[in-house]
Amino acid sequence: MPGKIWIVVQHRDGKLHRMSREAVVAGQKLAAAVGGTAQAVVLGHGVEPVVEALTHYELDAVLVAEAEALVDYTPGAYIGVLAAAVAERSPTHLVFGHSYQNVDYMARLAQAVGGSLVSEVVGFEQGDEGLVWRRPIFGGKLQSRLRVSGPAPVVVSVQSGAFSADEAVAGSAERQSLDSAAAVPDREILGVEEVSGEHVDLTAAEIVVAVGRGLGDPQKMGIIEDLAAALGAEIGASRPVIDSGWLPRDRQIGSSGQTVAPKLYLAVGVSGAIQHLVGMKGAGTIVAINKDAGAPIFAIADYGIVGDLHEIVPALTAAVREAKAGS
Amino acid sequence: MKIAVCIKQVPDSEARLRVAADRRWIDEEDLRFVVNESDEYALEEALQIAEHTDGEVVVFSLGPERVREALRKCLALGASRAVHLADEAFAGGDAIATGRALAAAIQNGGFDLVVTGSQSDDVGFGATGSILAGHLDWPHVWLVMGVEIEEGGASAKVTREMESGMNEVIRLRLPAVLEIQAGLNKPRYASLKGIMQAKRKEIATVAPSDLGLDPSVVGAAGSRVETLSVAFPESSGGAEMIEGDAATAAGVLVERLRKEARVL
Repeated sequence: MPGKIWIVVQHRDGKLHRMSREAVVAGQKLAAAVGGTAQAVVLGHGVEPVVEALTHYELDAVLVAEAEALVDYTPGAYIGVLAAAVAERSPTHLVFGHSYQNVDYMARLAQAVGGSLVSEVVGFEQGDEGLVWRRPIFGGKLQSRLRVSGPAPVVVSVQSGAFSADEAVAGSAERQSLDSAAAVPDREILGVEEVSGEHVDLTAAEIVVAVGRGLGDPQKMGIIEDLAAALGAEIGASRPVIDSGWLPRDRQIGSSGQTVAPKLYLAVGVSGAIQHLVGMKGAGTIVAINKDAGAPIFAIADYGIVGDLHEIVPALTAAVREAKAGS
Repeated sequence: MKIAVCIKQVPDSEARLRVAADRRWIDEEDLRFVVNESDEYALEEALQIAEHTDGEVVVFSLGPERVREALRKCLALGASRAVHLADEAFAGGDAIATGRALAAAIQNGGFDLVVTGSQSDDVGFGATGSILAGHLDWPHVWLVMGVEIEEGGASAKVTREMESGMNEVIRLRLPAVLEIQAGLNKPRYASLKGIMQAKRKEIATVAPSDLGLDPSVVGAAGSRVETLSVAFPESSGGAEMIEGDAATAAGVLVERLRKEARVL
């Protein structure tokens, strides 16, 4: 059976979500790997700018469900429309960006249409073992290879950054309409609010010292503050540090916090879960200090030191002060 | 309110992992197992709602014998009883098969609410709670950062995390499944009294037949996603590792940052 790949896109204010542009690339590559065609799917209200952008990709079609009931995302309305469309048109794969909105409903969609689910994919290969999916487990410490059997469709989400949006193949695609009668919202949207009232802007900092769970004890924050002061750096943190209340939430770096790209980033006691990496991998030079030599942070770092941060950080502070005094 | 909480027992995040001999999973021998992080927050949220509504919390978990320790901990924290989906037939399930088993265990229990963590720290699909909701045909929310029960338990005002530091506030009808994000409350510690009381609380053990399920629809038999192998990712070879004692390594690092990277 030839593949019929659907790329279900996410958008806001008439623009494609960054991860959806990456999902288009994943969908095009998947169509090439399994032999088949790729189609984009857009749900919403007033989505013509998004549809127009998608018609300039090499796609078999852009399928559009346009309805007032789709103006805000709700899982009930989205699953209703997509499940009906899947039943009518029988796609083999549904490709999503691994965004918070998509993860909210794609698993339930897979279950509703009798398909299967592979979440947070970083790659795939078509070979002797069939189509094999790769994805991180244990926060990126390990990777697993998965194979799916049974009835279509396979619902997959692709991890942020796993595919490059620049590799999209341009072309032209024809607009087709999807029936949106099954769009029944199951949530009342009351509003959107900022997580934190005050706001530290870490994006402007040239140097960021990010502290992770490896610090072990919030009483030890002084050694981080000293290092940051010596470097003239802002202090950021990974999610566990924020969740534990060691630092306020506006210091969080990562998928639910700020995205930074300073010229120098020091990750201290940060293991490097993907949720953190997406918020800092654009930094110029990355230094990782961690007691676990297998921590994923070392894979993207430029310089690494394995050891006890409680010894290394004060030594580093002293070395920085000495260097600055001498220059 | 009567609240069901689903928890998973996972290896301690600090644990040093080894790949098993058959390369299909990790070697679990000598590993320390704990309650999954976001599930701890889920239990705390459920306990607080139960306290405010004069309700009770029942904990569910699927997994081998060791899972009883995690369930016992939840009982010590204040859950009134636990249900262990312990049968070997449940093992090796993908997200859809595991959601099906949990839904069957919860379905006829007269629950007003199901609370789960948002994601497991081992496999991390972020899917079991919403699939469970699909099997129950209840609404769900993933990445819950706040819960207010309204209208005496008929609805809930829920704060959901979005990307880029924004939250969405929504209202939904109950019963529902709420998948809790880590960080929304402060999980309590077990008291000595709680630990003593937990010893007398019931942990029921159920098999597929107790839930009216054929063993072929749960666990590995009921799953379509198969793990072929696990491995440590190939290093991109990026980092230059700096050796030596703390003072030596710090000196070399500063030298590299000044002369090579030119960022200091």
